[in-house]
Amino acid sequence: MYKIREAKQLTDNIYLMNVEARRVAKHCEPGQFIIVKIDEEGERIPLTICDYDREEGTVTIVFQVIGASTLQMSKLKAGDSFADFVGPLGKPSEFVTEDLQELKKKKILFVAGGVGTAPVYPQVKWLNEHGIKADAIVGAKNKDLVILEEEMEQVSNLYVTTDDGSYKRKGMVTEVIKDLVVNQKKEYDVVVAIGPMIMMKFVCLLTKELGLHTIVSMNPIMVDGTGMCGACRLTVGDEVKFACVDGPEFDGHLVNFDEAMKRQQMYKTEEGRAYLKEKEGDTHHGGCGHCGGEE
Amino acid sequence: MADVLKKVPVREQDPKVRATNFEEVCYGYNKEEAMEEASRCINCKNAKCITGCPVSIDIPAFIAQAKEGKFDEAYQIISKSSALPAVCGRVCPQESQCEGKCIRGIKGEPVSIGKLERFVADWAKENGVKPQLATEKNGHKVAVIGSGPAGLTCAGDLAKLGYDVTIFEALHKPGGVLVYGIPEFRLPKDKVVAEEVKNVLSLGVKIETNVIIGKSTTVDELLTEEGFEAVFIGSGAGLPMFMGIPGENANGVFSANEYLTRNNLMKAFRDDYKTPIMRGKKVAVVGGGNVAMDAARTALRLGAEVHIIYRRSEAELPARVEEVHHAKEEGVQFDLLTNPTEILVDENDWVKGIRCIRMELGEPDASGRRRPVEIPGSEFEMEVDTVIMSLGTSPNPLISSTTYGLDVNKRKCIIADEEFGKTSKEGVYAGGDAVTGAATVILAMGAGRAGARGIHEYLSSKNK
Ligand SMILES: Cc1cc2nc3c(=O)[nH]c(=O)nc-3n(C[C@H](O)[C@H](O)[C@H](O)COP(=O)(O)OP(=O)(O)OC[C@H]3O[C@@H](n4cnc5c(N)ncnc54)[C@H](O)[C@@H]3O)c2cc1C
Ligand SMILES: Cc1cc2nc3c(=O)[nH]c(=O)nc-3n(C[C@H](O)[C@H](O)[C@H](O)COP(=O)(O)OP(=O)(O)OC[C@H]3O[C@@H](n4cnc5c(N)ncnc54)[C@H](O)[C@@H]3O)c2cc1C
Ligand code: SF4
Ligand code: FES
Repeated sequence: MYKIREAKQLTDNIYLMNVEARRVAKHCEPGQFIIVKIDEEGERIPLTICDYDREEGTVTIVFQVIGASTLQMSKLKAGDSFADFVGPLGKPSEFVTEDLQELKKKKILFVAGGVGTAPVYPQVKWLNEHGIKADAIVGAKNKDLVILEEEMEQVSNLYVTTDDGSYKRKGMVTEVIKDLVVNQKKEYDVVVAIGPMIMMKFVCLLTKELGLHTIVSMNPIMVDGTGMCGACRLTVGDEVKFACVDGPEFDGHLVNFDEAMKRQQMYKTEEGRAYLKEKEGDTHHGGCGHCGGEE
Repeated sequence: MADVLKKVPVREQDPKVRATNFEEVCYGYNKEEAMEEASRCINCKNAKCITGCPVSIDIPAFIAQAKEGKFDEAYQIISKSSALPAVCGRVCPQESQCEGKCIRGIKGEPVSIGKLERFVADWAKENGVKPQLATEKNGHKVAVIGSGPAGLTCAGDLAKLGYDVTIFEALHKPGGVLVYGIPEFRLPKDKVVAEEVKNVLSLGVKIETNVIIGKSTTVDELLTEEGFEAVFIGSGAGLPMFMGIPGENANGVFSANEYLTRNNLMKAFRDDYKTPIMRGKKVAVVGGGNVAMDAARTALRLGAEVHIIYRRSEAELPARVEEVHHAKEEGVQFDLLTNPTEILVDENDWVKGIRCIRMELGEPDASGRRRPVEIPGSEFEMEVDTVIMSLGTSPNPLISSTTYGLDVNKRKCIIADEEFGKTSKEGVYAGGDAVTGAATVILAMGAGRAGARGIHEYLSSKNK
């Protein structure tokens, strides 16, 4: 059992938890993820590591409620436990193993969308601890959905933007990138974009135009997270990659986002579920509460 | 009196009924049937059956006890050689091992050794008989990676020798392929696998789940920081292969591993478990091994019409004869000498069909089997909504790539000797599918046993 030390609601549907997981905390690096399972009947849910404390043996995760399992998770309190919590999974971000002197010469721009701020945070924090202050754009639908602003502020040069303009800048993250690169003539060696697939896709389209090398963190459907099932496969360039062991970070200009987005819908969206239901009747029995699959 | 040339028949669930449920197909013998079958054994002096058993169970000896109804004694004899008899009695390919060698088989049917083993193991469980306990603890710590048949056997043997053994398992449940791969209807998870695991734990073995060696910690750390004096690697061969044909990433294409894991480990077939699975209407399973049969029979039970697509002929099917027979009885259709060339998708990237080409058998290839060759112009399309790729697996490089000085061959299999499981790295032993590539439960157990011997020898001489 893996005890939850702290559980707090960050926004309407985004939650943060601090979990005791000694082995994960000891070995994890920015860019990696864990898989959590609530109880015997639960799904294996992949979540990026948002922060870690090696001394305390704890790992922080931040998740958005999007379906049955994350909803069930959001109801857990400090003192409750997860049945299973395994990791760290995937490869660390490239810079962790790069030569520090070389790295210090680089200008890095982070682009976070929504709950994607959580996985960006440990990366900018790591860089900050190693004497590198990166630029970071955080985008959210509206004011209420901006998370970890204070934390990000402390470790990066932060630009916050909201789609509806209810807080700070108005507009999508891509507009901020354009502003920084085209108007302000800032130069970057690498862009790291993490967020919903659709956002990463559009960031990549833009950075390709701008000639900026871009790394993305992919979040396909997973089961085991150890390379055993292939559920997480993606096309990168002309190769098939397993996101859980080859990634989750990839060269964004090589990722086939359209395929990845369709694959992500397999069990997920209402459309996918309705599609499944129409195709095969009662398969989806997770009780997600919004597709009517269980009726 | 029944015909002594024939096996006492074993009761099975009716094919029509079982094709719709996940209950065990074979009911196994009862006491009377077991004793009657045991009496068919002529207790050969130079018993050929033992030479066919990869772990050399003293078969005539246990059968002699069973014949007398002394099942406790029979169980202790089996336990000396096998840590997982209830599993082996169900899934071993006896027809090509012990039963393949049985004298009775020359004129008539061999003794049903597998079903007897199963009965004895099940009887022992029902009657609370446990394998004999360890000798005194010797205080030496050994780590075992992976809780499949290789790891469980190695851990059990070492514990019996007095070692302080901890198993590290990547998944949330112990058992390896026995829990995530082989389906419930062939190998019940709670009744059989969990019980066998409990037996191993009752020997004093500890198990830590959710630890991925190479990620959560490393072999080198186990040896240098955590105080383990030797390590056995039994991490299996879990990486699925795909064909590399167009359409393979479409929605509705799964590896057999994914499909079976969703259903077996995550229990997607049960309403109270949350993991979803796609229940196809018409499913194509590509491949002809045990894994393909299991995937096909699972899809069938989830309500689909199922076709096995295999590029060679029936004689070359690598699956156990019994499994092919069961699959056919249940209504799985076999499209043999057929090979997929493309998966057809609809506008939303869901599978809508599979294009195949007919094959014929040509000259034998390196494996000695006749090589299938395409018949030009014989392509055709089949309408399906799900495709399950069951083309084999290879070892995961997670451990070998993070362990200093551990050699692998070009198939990424860990190099270890057969007799003691010794690898290129001091104190590190390995066995099972991680070494051989995908093989069988009993060979993995044999390798686990060899690894235990190797480790015992190594630590005994080191600690002298
Ligand atoms: C490497 C990785 C890192 C991730 N990090 C985070 C994170 O830090 N914070 C966060 O909020 N979310 C993260 N996700 C997504 C998160 O795992 C899903 O939101 C979650 O599994 C949804 O579960 P559900 O049952 O509530 O949703 P449902 O929609 O009911 O799930 C249905 C099925 O689809 C799968 N699924 C649905 N959406 C996703 C998705 N986006 N990614 C993967 N599987 C999905 C589920 O596992 C399940 O099998 C990450 C995913 C991956 C692969
Ligand atoms: C569907 C299917 C049906 C089969 N049917 C039969 C049959 O009827 N008869 C038969 O004899 N054989 C059958 N086999 C083959 C047989 O199951 C395997 O040969 C056998 O299980 C191999 O045992 P193993 O202990 O080497 O590995 P596995 O059973 O694969 O166990 C390896 C374990 O190690 C764990 N592991 C892997 N990497 C790590 C890591 N880095 N850290 C920690 N743990 C790790 C895995 O999670 C797993 O639990 C079948 C296989 C499959 C897939
Ligand atoms: S070969 Fe057959 S008859 Fe002879 S001992 Fe073995 S099981 Fe009995
Ligand atoms: S999640 Fe199973 S292989 Fe990646």
